[in-house]
Formats: sequence, C-alpha cells, structure tokens
Amino acid sequence: MSTLRHLEISESTSVSVIRFKDQKIIDPQAIQELGQELFDLIEKDDRKKLVLNFSNVEFLSSAALGKLITFDKKSKKQGAELILTNISPEIFQVFAITNLDKLFQIKDSEADALAVL
Amino acid sequence: MSLDDETKTFLRSLPSTLNAYHDFVEEILNEMLQMDWDKSILFGVHMALEESISNAIRHGNQENPKKQVQVKCEISAVRFWANICDEGEGYAAGAVPDCRSPGNLGAPGGRGLALIRAYMTTVELSKNGSCLTMEKLLEEPAG
Repeated sequence: MSTLRHLEISESTSVSVIRFKDQKIIDPQAIQELGQELFDLIEKDDRKKLVLNFSNVEFLSSAALGKLITFDKKSKKQGAELILTNISPEIFQVFAITNLDKLFQIKDSEADALAVL
Repeated sequence: MSLDDETKTFLRSLPSTLNAYHDFVEEILNEMLQMDWDKSILFGVHMALEESISNAIRHGNQENPKKQVQVKCEISAVRFWANICDEGEGYAAGAVPDCRSPGNLGAPGGRGLALIRAYMTTVELSKNGSCLTMEKLLEEPAG
C-alpha cells in the first residue's frame, strides 16, 4: 500500500488499527483526503475489522464528524465492524453533544476493542 | 487593538475560503490563553469560532470569493463575545433538522450549530440567520 498522508495503519491479527497523523482535523482539503483514505480501507482493501484510535486527535470540526459518519455508513454497507477508541474527554464531549456516541461503537482502549472484534 | 485595559476588540473581514480564517481563530485563542482562560473552555471557544465562521463561509456565502464574512470579537478575562455576519440570504434555523434526534444521527448537517449552542452561554441568530452572536461568560450567571 502507498504511504497515507493522514493515517497510520497497523495490523493486529485480522484487525486494522488506524491512527490519525493530524492533531487538529479542521482543514477542508485534509478532511477530504482523510475521508478518501478511510473509505479506501474498506472499499479497496476490503478490511472487515477496524479500530479507529483517536489518541493523537486534539480537535476536530463538524466537517470531520461528517466524514466519520459517512465512513460508518460505508463500513456497515460493506459488512465491516468499526470501533472508535482512545478518545480524549474533550473530543468525547463533542460526540456526546451531537449524540454520535450513540451512533458509533466506542471503547476506552485498543485492547478493549480487540477483545470484542 | 484595545478598547481599554480589560477588553480587547478584534474586527476582521474574512474572505469566503475555508482555510483563510484559522490564523484569526488562533490569534483569539492565544489572546485568551494569555488572559488565563482554561484550556478546556478554550476548546469550546475554538469549536464555536470554527463552526460559526465555517458555516458563514460554506452555507451563508456559499464560498463565493466576492463575499466576505465580518467578524467582531470582544474578549476579556471573564467574557468572550463574537458577532459573525455573512452576505447570504439567511435561513430558517427551525428548518434545520435536529441532528441529535435518534432517527437523524446520520444527517449530513446541523451539528455545527448544536455544538455552538452547547459551548456558549448564549447564542442568538439575527438578520434571518445571516448573523450569529454568541457569548461565553467565565462565571455562569446565578440561577
């Protein structure tokens, strides 16, 4: 796979663990590219178990949330399982305010996610 | 620029491009950091500025390069206030679906305004929605 600009991927058995390279996910061009990199993981690479680790993320806009929602929809359509982990209290509050904590499957840590995938 | 020793006022006319306002937002946040605002509260101020200005550019001015977004900010050690106006035709805020309702969580829009309302003490729309005024008071009013 070619090097990704916005994501780091590591494999753990059958699970792909994805980390964001950007600390602030705000720039519209970066969000567009980030979205495509995420979509390719399931639509081109056909990955079926994904952990999205937010440990590096300090800020994200509602436009970024929109991409994550689309990613979640595409994952479900492709039969892939997606779990979000390591979300800071500030970022979790963003998910809670928008009720997206009810849309996404969220675990505290990668280990917690790997235990159920 | 400073009105007095306690309140600083910032006036900007921003172009309608989605990457042209981040330096201004950083400037406001840095000023508030120097006024000893807590970083967790500044996260909310950051979110409110990001969402209000990007909404004005994207939905209000529809990224038309001929249109500007006018921003006025007043900040002190205990108060953040901002007025953001676009040159669009406005919109009916009540017509925006509630993105937080259970059957609507995957809706494409509406989260920006929900976030602004959550992080600010008061939020008011005027001029048919083409202006947004928001305020965060460090000490919440009693009652």
